[in-house]
Amino acid sequence: MAYLDHAATTPMLPQALDAYIAAAREVGNASSLHGPGRLARKRVEESRERIAAALGARPSEVIFTSGGTESDNLAVKGLFWARRDVGKSRILASAAEHHAVLDAVHWLEKHEDAEVTWLPVDATGRVDTDIDFGDDVALMTVMWANNEVGTLQPITELAALAKASGVPMHTDAIQAIGHVPVSFGASGVSAMSVTGHKLGGPQGVGALLLGRDVKVTPLLHGGGQERDVRSGTLDVAGIASFATAVEVVVQTQQAEAARLTILRDELVKRVFETIPDAVLNGSPDNRLPNNAHFSFPGCEGDALLLLLDAAKIAVSTGSACSAGVAQPSHVLLAMGTDPLLARSSLRFTLGHTSTSQDIDALIAALPAAVERAKRAGQR
Amino acid sequence: MSGGVDSAVAAARAVEAGYDVTGVHLALSKNAQTHRTGARGCCTIEDSHDARRAADVLGIPFYIWDMADRFHEDVIDDFVAEYAAGRTPNPCLRCNEKIKFAAVLDRAIALGFDAVVTGHYAQIIDGKLARSVDLGKDQSYVLAVLTQEQIDKSMFPLGDSTKEQVRAEAAERGLSVAQKPDSHDICFIADGDTQKFLRERIGSVPGDIVDGSTGQVLGQHEGAFAYTIGQRKGLALTRPAADGRPRYVLSITPVNNTVTVGPAEALEVSTVEGARPIGTFPAGPLEGLVQMRAHGKAVPAVVEVADGVLTAQLRQPERGIAPGQAIVVYQGDIVLGSATITSAR
Repeated sequence: MAYLDHAATTPMLPQALDAYIAAAREVGNASSLHGPGRLARKRVEESRERIAAALGARPSEVIFTSGGTESDNLAVKGLFWARRDVGKSRILASAAEHHAVLDAVHWLEKHEDAEVTWLPVDATGRVDTDIDFGDDVALMTVMWANNEVGTLQPITELAALAKASGVPMHTDAIQAIGHVPVSFGASGVSAMSVTGHKLGGPQGVGALLLGRDVKVTPLLHGGGQERDVRSGTLDVAGIASFATAVEVVVQTQQAEAARLTILRDELVKRVFETIPDAVLNGSPDNRLPNNAHFSFPGCEGDALLLLLDAAKIAVSTGSACSAGVAQPSHVLLAMGTDPLLARSSLRFTLGHTSTSQDIDALIAALPAAVERAKRAGQR
Repeated sequence: MSGGVDSAVAAARAVEAGYDVTGVHLALSKNAQTHRTGARGCCTIEDSHDARRAADVLGIPFYIWDMADRFHEDVIDDFVAEYAAGRTPNPCLRCNEKIKFAAVLDRAIALGFDAVVTGHYAQIIDGKLARSVDLGKDQSYVLAVLTQEQIDKSMFPLGDSTKEQVRAEAAERGLSVAQKPDSHDICFIADGDTQKFLRERIGSVPGDIVDGSTGQVLGQHEGAFAYTIGQRKGLALTRPAADGRPRYVLSITPVNNTVTVGPAEALEVSTVEGARPIGTFPAGPLEGLVQMRAHGKAVPAVVEVADGVLTAQLRQPERGIAPGQAIVVYQGDIVLGSATITSAR
């Protein structure tokens, strides 16, 4: 099995798995006042401090959530509602956001009368920094690195612009952490989404890093466990494991990025050698080290996925599914890609378990898959 | 794999026979409903989940293929156009002809597969399409539009079983769809109200209901498409016929938007003609059985195909033969071929 879909989820790091099991053996609700409760609380707070240290935040700025989708929703809706209370109701969002942001923005537009200005991206997926802020902006949201094509955004520059206009900025940094240096504090953003399972932690746990002075309206009401912004019993084992994974990937980021860049460049080179008419999407320079995203003209992406899957190679079409039906990616469409070409796309993403054998396996299977998919044609 | 019990068991049998099987669910609706309602057996998100679960249980890969555009064009639009033209189409037959054993089969072959397996109740005996052993469930009628080439690349593993056996086998295999109700309505008409569906698409076109023998106007209709040859109920005749006997729809004439009615005997026909014959017919007339609706009886006839027209002389007159339906020719239980009924007299 060649697993080339680390951007969907990556295997748990052994250290993170050990941390999970150790914590999961213990009883304790972090909100309980007795001994076992205090022990659980201690694990949570230690984890909070470790995540904060690794990501350039203060511990009080770490709000644990159930993962990326919740973090994005909390940031987008929470910031919108809090800012609407002071008369700001416009959202600036990049057109290439993940669906967890995109759909939250659409929902606010439809149900909460939000005005939305979609920030265009260029052909490589980069947001134009020439932004008209005006005086009615509730928030700006631009992802750190795109989950489909791997394009990195000029977050620090955008955050400075937002700050100058008094606008809180959120960034979804889920694909970036562990692959490029990420510091919440140094970036200047007000809110940042993080999740465990994209960096070797468990699925179902994540965090929103939220500046101490930034107001958000809660989505989940209950015990008020997390700064009164997020309620729900904390997932102690998940949090301990998540923190371990964050620490490991931040420590090894530079070396791992160098290793994956070499591997990714080899993958790109060999794809072009075997499929000369393949088109590499995204940015040549501002790109995640683990991402390669191609269009294969004349092929349907989901046909390629099926054929590679049968050859035990796991890849993604990179686009969102509704009931499993592939739609042309909104990211590629925002980049100006022809819809038919957009539907012919595959995303290959590498991670900590990737080796050149994975690329050998892909290159061995790809020509036959492309030939067959071409024969099946495009709808 | 529709998400129903039949395709799940068909897939299971193909796996057990040693084939390398991949499950495919067809997305046929652009706006799939979340849950099943009424007697529809497909096309909701719940159905695609059921299909996926069956594939999981069988340990086979599973994908959803988006055929919504093709289905809309080739099946739904055709369905509406046929009704608008005064004919009575069979959308299941059309779907088999254009989608399942054409678009899906072609794509599968191109991708390296050898055949399409479905949960239809029919058999292939010595390469020929034949009736299922479960005559109550037999679906050879809606498969009779397939060419020999399509049949050669098809497998119907349920043809030698009864529905009861299939359900029992599904339960034994731990398939959760074992007790899922049968579907019997047209899959793309969510509430089962075909008349409403057609009215929304064709519109209301009032016209006369006329007595076939006297030419007398007996009532008004809101659209000739709402009627089917042989229909008795829902005619809303404002004046009774002279003889006081029930009236049936004899014919629909879209050109002057007229529905012609008459007594039951006037429905009787002995000669049926069909266009677009498919299948292998010997030269000259042959003695066989013909079936002219999905759940109709097969009746003896002399059939001849010449110059692209199939002509069947029925041994006994039959009633309610509707243009647009298929006439399927059998010899015993073997399907020789089919044609689309164009006229009956």
